[in-house]
Amino acid sequence: MISKLFQFLSSLRLTVVLLGLGVVVVFFGTLGQTSDGLYVAQERYFRSWFAYWTPHGSTFPVVPLPGGYLLGTMLVINLIVAHFTRFKWTWSKSGIFLTHIGIILLLLGQLATDMLARESIMSFREGDTRNYSESSMDFELAFLRSAGSNTLDQVVSIPASRLKPGAELRQELLPFAIRVKEAYENARIRLRAPVMDSNRPPAATQGVGARIVIDEQPPTRTMDARNVPAAVIELSGPSSLGTWALSGELKSQTVTVEGTEWRLEYRPVRDYKPFALTLLKTTHETYPGTDIPKNFQSRVRLRNTESHEDREVDIYMNSPLRYGGYTFFQYQMGKEQLADGGRGTSALQVVLNPSWVTPYLGCILVGVGLLVQFLMHLTKFIARRKPRAA
Amino acid sequence: MKQRLPLIITALFAFWILGALRPQRDPEYAFGAFGRLPVVFNGRLQPIDSLARNSLTRIREKDTANLEPVKSWYERPKIISATEWLLTLMTRPEVADGWKVFRVDHPELKAMLKLPEPNPAAGEDGKHYSWNQFGETGLKQIEESSRNIQENKKDSSLRNAFDNATLGLYEAMTLYLRLKNTVHPQDTVGFAAEIADYQKSIPAGVKAFQQRMTGSGTFDTNALTEVFGHAERYFVTLRGEPPLLIPPASGGDATFAWQRMGEALLDPSFGAPLLKHLMRVPKAELSPEAAAEGIRLVGTRPLSPAVGHWAAMADAFRESQIAGFNTAVTGYQTYLESLRLGKALNKTDREQLYNSFAPFSKTAALYIVAFLFSCGFWFNFAEWSRKTSLHLVQLAFVVHTLGLIARMWLEGRPPVTNLYSSAIFIGWGAVGLGLILESFWKNAIGLAVATVIGFSTQVVAHNLALGGDTMVMLQAVLDTNFWLATHVVIVTLGYAATYVAGFLAILYVVLGFFTKVMTSDMGKSLSRMVYGILCFATLFSFVGTVLGGIWADQSWGRFWGWDPKENGALIIVLWNALILHARWGGMVRERGIMNLAIFGNIVTSWSWFGTNLLGVGLHSYGFMSGAFTALMVFVGSQCVLIALGLIPQAKWRSFSAAAGGAAKAPAAASA
Repeated sequence: MISKLFQFLSSLRLTVVLLGLGVVVVFFGTLGQTSDGLYVAQERYFRSWFAYWTPHGSTFPVVPLPGGYLLGTMLVINLIVAHFTRFKWTWSKSGIFLTHIGIILLLLGQLATDMLARESIMSFREGDTRNYSESSMDFELAFLRSAGSNTLDQVVSIPASRLKPGAELRQELLPFAIRVKEAYENARIRLRAPVMDSNRPPAATQGVGARIVIDEQPPTRTMDARNVPAAVIELSGPSSLGTWALSGELKSQTVTVEGTEWRLEYRPVRDYKPFALTLLKTTHETYPGTDIPKNFQSRVRLRNTESHEDREVDIYMNSPLRYGGYTFFQYQMGKEQLADGGRGTSALQVVLNPSWVTPYLGCILVGVGLLVQFLMHLTKFIARRKPRAA
Repeated sequence: MKQRLPLIITALFAFWILGALRPQRDPEYAFGAFGRLPVVFNGRLQPIDSLARNSLTRIREKDTANLEPVKSWYERPKIISATEWLLTLMTRPEVADGWKVFRVDHPELKAMLKLPEPNPAAGEDGKHYSWNQFGETGLKQIEESSRNIQENKKDSSLRNAFDNATLGLYEAMTLYLRLKNTVHPQDTVGFAAEIADYQKSIPAGVKAFQQRMTGSGTFDTNALTEVFGHAERYFVTLRGEPPLLIPPASGGDATFAWQRMGEALLDPSFGAPLLKHLMRVPKAELSPEAAAEGIRLVGTRPLSPAVGHWAAMADAFRESQIAGFNTAVTGYQTYLESLRLGKALNKTDREQLYNSFAPFSKTAALYIVAFLFSCGFWFNFAEWSRKTSLHLVQLAFVVHTLGLIARMWLEGRPPVTNLYSSAIFIGWGAVGLGLILESFWKNAIGLAVATVIGFSTQVVAHNLALGGDTMVMLQAVLDTNFWLATHVVIVTLGYAATYVAGFLAILYVVLGFFTKVMTSDMGKSLSRMVYGILCFATLFSFVGTVLGGIWADQSWGRFWGWDPKENGALIIVLWNALILHARWGGMVRERGIMNLAIFGNIVTSWSWFGTNLLGVGLHSYGFMSGAFTALMVFVGSQCVLIALGLIPQAKWRSFSAAAGGAAKAPAAASA
C-alpha cells in the first residue's frame, strides 16, 4: 500500500499531470485578471489550495481547479520522492539533478516571498522628509497624543480589519472604549446636502461627521484605483463622547478626553524605518513632441542618525535604492498645482523581501542544469551522426 | 546544367536584391534628397521619407500613393512616392485634398459618411476616398462618433468592427491634419512673403505689447493687432502637434532642442511658451518668474535660418519651379551640414536607404520561392531542387540578418523592442534553426519549416506595421539595453524554437496524412528534430522567463508578479517541460509528441499575442480586433491539425497499406 503510494508520488505520470494542470491554472489565472484585477486573481488562483474559474458575468463557479499552493506542494513532493526512490545518481543525470534542485528552490522561494515580502509606498513632495512608508491596501485607525514638545507623538493604532460592525474594542492606553457602528470596505464621503439628504441623518454626531454622509461604493479591483474604507465608531469614556465618522479621505479630527487632546486618523498602515529620506528634486522627461515618458528620477537625501550616514541618491527606473533591507523603486511622479508653488511629487515603492536571493540561486541552478543536460545530448547526437555523414 | 541551376537561380535573386540598393535618381524634383531631410516625430529623429511612408501606411495601408485607385495595375495608374505625397500635402494641401488616399472599407462607415459606391465611370473604386469627399459634415460626424465611442466604450474589448473602423479613420484624419500644418498654416499661399510681412510687423507690435504689459500710457492697438494676427495663425498650427521641423541653430545631437515650425516662427515675437501662457492653454501656465522672463525676452530672439530655407522649398514647389526647388533643397542641406548636427544627417541618409531597400519584403518573397523548391524536392526527390531552396534560404537569411542589424543600428537598440520587431526576430531565429536542422538531415524539412515561419512572421510584421512607425521610442521602464539584449532576445528565441518544433510537427501530420511522401525514416528523423528543438526551446524559454523575473526584481522589487505576459512565458516553459517529461515517461510516442508540439503553437501564440490583447498588466498594448481574429483563426487551424493527428495512422496516406511501396522509395533513391 505504502509502496504504491510512493510509486504514485514519484511517477512521471504525476509530473506530467501537474505540469498540465499548471498550464491550465496559469491560463485561467491570467484570464481572471480581466474581471477580478491582478490582486484578487492572484489570491484566488495562485495563493490558494483550490480555485474556481467563473466566466465574466456568470455567478456560479464553472471550472474547478487546483490552486497554486496545491500544485506547488505536489510538484515539490513529486520531485523529492522521485529523487529518493526512482532516481539513481549518475554523472549523465547531473544536469537533471541540478535542474530539479533549482526548481525546488524556486518554488520554495516563491512561497517564502509570499509569506515574508512586504510592499508599501513612500510618497512625498519636494522638500518633505519621511521616515515611514504606507501600505497601499491596508488601513489603520490611529489615535495620537502629543507627549510634550520635544518628544515624538504617542500612537495607538488599530488595524482596519478589526473594525467590524458591532465590535467593541478597548486598549489600556486609551481612556475610552470604541464601539464600531458601521464599516465599509470602500466608500466615498460628501457634504450632506440639507434639502436633498433630508431623509438621511449625518454620518455621525461629532466632528466633521456631523456634516457629511457616507456613500458605500462597490470594492474596486483595478490596478489604478484603490479602496478607501470608511467607518462610524462610538467613543465612550466616563461618559459618551458621541459617534465619529472615519474615512481615508478625511484629515485628522480631535477629541478631548479629561483635558487631553487625542487626534483621530484613519490612514494607511505605516511602517516606520530607522532612517529618513528627504525628496530633493524630481525629474520627469518625455521624448520631444510626445507624451512618451523618457525618464522619472527622484533625488533623495538619505539620513541615518544611528550610523551617521548622510548622502544623496538618485532613484530612477531600473535603478532602485537598496538600503537597510529595503529596496526603494521609482513608482509614480506628478506635479502639484501652481497655487502650491508647483512642487514635484514622487512616490517610491518600498519592498522588504528577505528571500530575494532564492530565485537568483534557483535560476542559476536550473539554467546550468538544463545547459549541461542538453549539451550532453547534443554532443552525443553529433558524435553518433558523424560516422554516417562521412 | 542541373548542377549549376541552384547557383544560377540564387544569383538571379541576389542581383534583384542588390538592384534595390542602387540610389534612385530623380528625373525632375529632388524628392530623394528632400526625403533624406531630418525631422523629429514620435520623439525620434527620422528622415522625411520615414515620416511620409509611416503616415501614408497608416492612412492607406501602403507606403506609396496611388492617385488613380480606380484603375487596375495593367492600366498603369499614376503612383507617386510617399515623399512626394507628403510634400504636396504640406505645401499644396488644396491639391493633396483631392487625392483619394484614405482607405475606408467598413460598409456602415461608408454609409454614415455618404461615401460613393464603386463606380468606375465616375472614378470611384469604393475603397479609397479623398479628404474633400469627407467634407465638413463628414469630419464633424467622424469626430462626434469617435468621441462617443471613446467615452461610452472605454474598455476597448467592447468595441465592434464599426467602432474600430471609425476610430481608425478618425486617427488617420487627425494625422493628416497634423501633417498639413507642418511647414506652414494650411491656408498659406506665399510663405516667404508672409514671413516678411510678419517680420516687418514685429518691432512696432512688440513695442505696443511691452507698453501694454507695463501699463505705461497708450499703445498702438493696430500694431499689436497686426503682429498678434500673425502670431495667432502660427499658434493655431501648434494645436495639432505637427512634427518638429526646425533644428536648433546651435546644432548638436540632442533631439529635445528641435522645434515645430510654429514655435520657431513665434520666437522673434512672443515665443510659444509665453503665448500659450497668455492664451491660457491648459497645463501650459508659467510660474510668475518664468512669465516675467518670457515677457522680457519678447522681440529679442532671432528667427531661425531654417525657416527661410523651408519657405524657399515650399514656395518653389508650390509654383512648380523644378530648378528653384532643387536649389532650395541643396541650400537647406548645406545649411544643415554647417550646423554640426552630429550623426543626425548620417542617420537619416541610412534610414532612407533602409526604407527604400525594404529588406523584409524581399526576404518574404525569397521564402515563398524557397518553400516551393523544397516541396519540389519531396515530390520528385531532385537534389538540385533542395540545393536551390537551401541557397535561397541562405541568401534570405543574410538579407534578414542585415535588415535586423540595420534596424539595430538605426535605433541604437538590441533587435527586439516592440511587437513588430519581435515578429521579425522570431522569423530570423526560426530560419536560423531551420538551416541548422537542414545541415544535419539534408531532407528539405528544415528548409520548409524555415521558409514557412520566415514568411508567416513577415506577414504578421507587415500587418503590425500598418499601425505606423515601427521604431518608436521606448518608455522609461524599457529603456535599458542590457535587459532588452538578454531577457527579451532569449525569450523571443524561445518563442521561435517552440514554433519550429510546432511547424515540424505540422509537416509530419500534413505530409503523412495527405501525401505518400512520409516514410518511417522521415518520421523518425522528424521526431528527433522535434525533440532536439524542444530541448532548445525549454532552455531558452526558461532562461528568458527567469531573466525577465530578475529584471522585474531589479525594477519593481518583485521577482514574479503574475503579469499576463510573464504567465504566458511560464505556460510555454511548463508546456515544453510537459512534452519532454511525457516522452521520457514513455507516455507518448512519435505521433503523440507531434500533437503536443502542435499545441505548443497555440501556447506560444497566446503568450506572444493573446496576453497583449487582455488589456491588463504591464505589457498591454490594448485590444486589437484584427489581431484577435487572426489569433482565433490560427488557434482553430491548429486544432484541426491536432484532430488530423489524432486519426489512427493506418488511415494516413503515407502509412496505409497502399503506401507500402512508397516506404521503399528512399532506398531506391539513394541506390
